[in-house]
Amino acid sequence: MKKFEVYEPAMCCSTGVCGVDVDPVLVQFVADLQWLSEQGVEVARHNLSQDPQAFASNPDVVNEMEAGMDRLPIMVVDGKVASTGIYLNRDQLASKLGLADKTEKPHIKISESGCCKPSSGCC
Amino acid sequence: MDIPSINTRYLFFTGKGGVGKTSLSCATAIALSDAGRRVLIVSTDPASNLDEVLGANLSGIPTSIPEVPDLFALNIDPEASAHAYRERMVAPYRGILPPAAIASMEEQFSGACTVEIAAFDEFSALLGDPEKTQDFDHVIFDTAPTGHTLRLLSLPSAWNGFIESSTGGASCLGPLAGLEKQRSLYAATVAQLADAQQTTVVLVSRPETSALREADRTSGELAELGISNQVLAINGLFQAELGHDAIADAMTRRANAALKSMPDRLANLPRQVTPLMPLGMVGIAALRSLINPNAYADPANPTIAHPPELPSFNSLLNDLEKGGHGVIMTMGKGGVGKTTVAAAIAVALAQRGHPVLLSTTDPAAHVAVTIENPVPNLSVSRIDPVAEVERYRQEIVEKAGKNLDASGLAMLEEDLRSPCTEEIAVFRAFAKTVEAGKNAFVVLDTAPTGHTILLLDAAEAYHREVMRVQGDMPEAVRQLLPRLRDPAYTRVIITTLAEATPVHEAERLQQDLARAGIKPFAWVINQSLLASGTHNPLLSERGRYEIPFIRKVAEELSPRCALIPWLAEPPIGAKGLAGIEQRKPID
Repeated sequence: MKKFEVYEPAMCCSTGVCGVDVDPVLVQFVADLQWLSEQGVEVARHNLSQDPQAFASNPDVVNEMEAGMDRLPIMVVDGKVASTGIYLNRDQLASKLGLADKTEKPHIKISESGCCKPSSGCC
Repeated sequence: MDIPSINTRYLFFTGKGGVGKTSLSCATAIALSDAGRRVLIVSTDPASNLDEVLGANLSGIPTSIPEVPDLFALNIDPEASAHAYRERMVAPYRGILPPAAIASMEEQFSGACTVEIAAFDEFSALLGDPEKTQDFDHVIFDTAPTGHTLRLLSLPSAWNGFIESSTGGASCLGPLAGLEKQRSLYAATVAQLADAQQTTVVLVSRPETSALREADRTSGELAELGISNQVLAINGLFQAELGHDAIADAMTRRANAALKSMPDRLANLPRQVTPLMPLGMVGIAALRSLINPNAYADPANPTIAHPPELPSFNSLLNDLEKGGHGVIMTMGKGGVGKTTVAAAIAVALAQRGHPVLLSTTDPAAHVAVTIENPVPNLSVSRIDPVAEVERYRQEIVEKAGKNLDASGLAMLEEDLRSPCTEEIAVFRAFAKTVEAGKNAFVVLDTAPTGHTILLLDAAEAYHREVMRVQGDMPEAVRQLLPRLRDPAYTRVIITTLAEATPVHEAERLQQDLARAGIKPFAWVINQSLLASGTHNPLLSERGRYEIPFIRKVAEELSPRCALIPWLAEPPIGAKGLAGIEQRKPID
């Protein structure tokens, strides 16, 4: 079974609704992760403020963070860093994991609007 | 005061700041101790003056009060607790995670929820774990003012509900994740609060309509949380023989009218009444006199004192008018009349021909009651948290929900049930209202301190985020904090009463604002008996007691300061409010 891990910035909610404005990227990402696990991928999501132990115990992740906090979110596929600094969309996720996306799900246009990001202080 | 037949182990005092929660809870504690019980009194108010009132140096562990056998007291500072909690969560990762990561975690734990969670954590440690207080027959909580108290009390059921129903893993109760282990403690706390055999809530109110309305709201909200063993304590009832003094007559009549028209729910509660005392309730002797008021006779030869020379409210209005437009915010704890002051400023500026928007986030929202008749140039609006949350939910589900499948939507809905949502929704509405100050006067009567600071805190965090992202942030939000910090755009008016607790709370508020980079424009001391012109002996004595507090505000705390007398004609409606402006402070 393929394993997919996400290491995210300190934020208080996984959908990002608790920001000044909802972040469609995060909302879509939640749905995409759900889709991944339906495809039989083992998905784990780690948030810096809630689960720092996961970060501390992964040297690759610590190295990336030392290079800059903007490397978050870090996506790890089967123990290897697959991407840094962005939320992959469903096509990119499918490609990184070697899955074919046969379903025609609508996607939200990616934008960098601020939401429940680190320092939003929303929680 | 008749100590109500106290048959519960736990006793809570709740009410607006300055209604006398600390005095009554201490007096009750002393009465119980004098009756041979072992009593622990606990303050969870960050602005606590329990030390001063009891004349002892208190800490986080029970300290014996020398003058009263078997009375112990302790102070819980929720801000210090939050700091300790943050350290507990972050410290293990220092030196392991990069400094930037540590900083970002600290930031996350500096937010609004963390202080509340930490306070509740301390609170439930005492309430949910009977072993900690097993040495005491009674544990009395002198809790923080209403808004804060309500949150504190409403947390357990909200969070138990959340923890039980949370299926989506990591979600919006970030800071709570580290506390989930304590679930059984929280459950025990909820059970204790709602157990009428164990817990009594004393709703403390002054005999004033707005304070009673607030107490009624609290009563209803507590009842909804299953906390139904409630007692009403009317503190500071003044009854004079009519016909001798206009102020004394008005005060007597107004108190009687307020008590007569109090909501049914309150009227049906068991009630205790404490008379207005001529002095501040500091020290054990003064507190004992609350239990036995006859110990204090009216002073035989009262001296009529005069207030220090201060600018009139009218001259404050002149200064405000010079701005031409912008935001005027009255801030202060509940019960000091900031709604009245905001309304008076709004009405006066409108009557001088300026377009004015008066807006309130105060959940009590008696602005609508304060101004019942339309005034030309003046519009009144309310930031209603419940309505704002609903609007925000709808907007988000509409914006983001249509692209989600059923499980994604369920997750979104779950996060929208989080406690943050209300803060955020109110914050957005607040930003829009401040924006309106570009072209007109906007007068805001903000919510009580804690809440206000949460808003500003949130504003600060968003501000930094906005600087970093520059996404599709609404212009109003982007401009909010710079505008609040711009003394030419925003004028903060701290409102207080010339009494110990309100001045102390206002001083703390000013310090909190300073941390957010905001300097108040002026202070208003409201409802001054000293300036009222009364000759009633007890009220004059009470007025004299105001002098050091007025001096402190005028000389140490405020850049400019105006004094509003206690008015015989209640400042309600455009005419009554105009009375504040025209009234000379004193002859």
